[in-house]
Amino acid sequence: MEILWETDAPLTVREVSARLTERNLAHTTVMTVLDRLAKKGFAKRQRDGRAWRYCPAATRETYVTELMLTALDQTGDRTAALTRFAQSVSGVEAEVLRDALEVLESNGGGDEGSG
Amino acid sequence: MKGLADAALLAALAMGSVLGASALPQAGWPRRSPAAAILLWQAFGLAGGLAAVGALVSLGLPGDHLGVAHSLLHLGACFPGAAFRFPVAFGLVSALPALLLVFRMTCLAAGLALLASLCWVLIAASAAALQARRRQRALLALLAHGDPKVPGALVVDYPTAAAYCLPGLRSRIVVLSVGTLELLGRGELAAVLAHEHAHLRERHDLVVLPFTALRRAFPHSAMCAEAHRAVALLVEMLADDRALRGRPTRELVSALVRFGTAGACPAPAGALAAGEGDMAARVARLLQPVRPLPAAASAAVCLAAGLLVAATVALLVV
Repeated sequence: MEILWETDAPLTVREVSARLTERNLAHTTVMTVLDRLAKKGFAKRQRDGRAWRYCPAATRETYVTELMLTALDQTGDRTAALTRFAQSVSGVEAEVLRDALEVLESNGGGDEGSG
Repeated sequence: MKGLADAALLAALAMGSVLGASALPQAGWPRRSPAAAILLWQAFGLAGGLAAVGALVSLGLPGDHLGVAHSLLHLGACFPGAAFRFPVAFGLVSALPALLLVFRMTCLAAGLALLASLCWVLIAASAAALQARRRQRALLALLAHGDPKVPGALVVDYPTAAAYCLPGLRSRIVVLSVGTLELLGRGELAAVLAHEHAHLRERHDLVVLPFTALRRAFPHSAMCAEAHRAVALLVEMLADDRALRGRPTRELVSALVRFGTAGACPAPAGALAAGEGDMAARVARLLQPVRPLPAAASAAVCLAAGLLVAATVALLVV
């Protein structure tokens, strides 16, 4: 997928294999991977003579944004799919938290009594 | 009149669950023993739902019978053909039985509809969660990479702090953004990982799921929203407690504070309203540690939860 993202023009299986020089993969392996990417909708393919040419369906940034928007729960669609570590807070609550951190740091290592 | 007595008792149990669930958010003890409180929430939810369905169905089924569950299985026997022909045959004279029949059919239909919709929202919420996780996994396979700073976790190139976990039977994944790695120090990262692994190990997602489903089923019910929020917060507190084992408190607290106040992504209006004050509550609880409930008290809570569910089930099947 990285190869497809790095290249502007659609690539054939042979061209992708040629670019994967550091990993000596069989032609059929690359073909299977590209075929799977196309089936999952991550890559688009078009006929070029007897071969398929593959290109990414969307940019890397698009996918990262989709991933992180779900993760940060900003899609408005609250599902129980993920459990987040913490939410970002604003206003008064943020002030309270900053004060708490300051107290903690001024104690220099502070409370051990939590067990 | 066993049917009526059953219905009254079940209605009382449903009301009791609702009253308990509306009083629980005001109580102070749940933050001392999140696990016991979560169990009580689950009991209120399960007993409340079952009792409400049971009360409606037993009002709908005539006469003496062997428990609601049994009657439902033998519905045909409870409404013999005569019951349907009777009002028609006697015409105006039997207006009362006809009204009674309509009332019973309405109660029965309402009970069954409630049962069906509760089951449906649970299935729908599970399916939505599974689908969202599948999409996350597919995207992570393309985008994420490892990082020696956080062994075992996946890292995504994204500037905003984000940390979450993807639970599942086969694969359990902790995901961090590059923004998180830059924001937090080594000890704080370890605390975050410990927190997320606690979620994964104890399948906290399954605890929250029914409450998410309930909130989606009744989006205008303040109580469902409150229940969901309370359980989600208790689950976080539980994971905080687990993350503290053998680890200084300050790492987790400073991770929480830095994370919460990073403020790199202002959320759309209203998105955070549900969790307002929750972060402060978690931090305050860590900074001024509360003593856990005495063993006897938390045993009593668990016993009460068990009895509530057992009583409801007993009324339904006996």
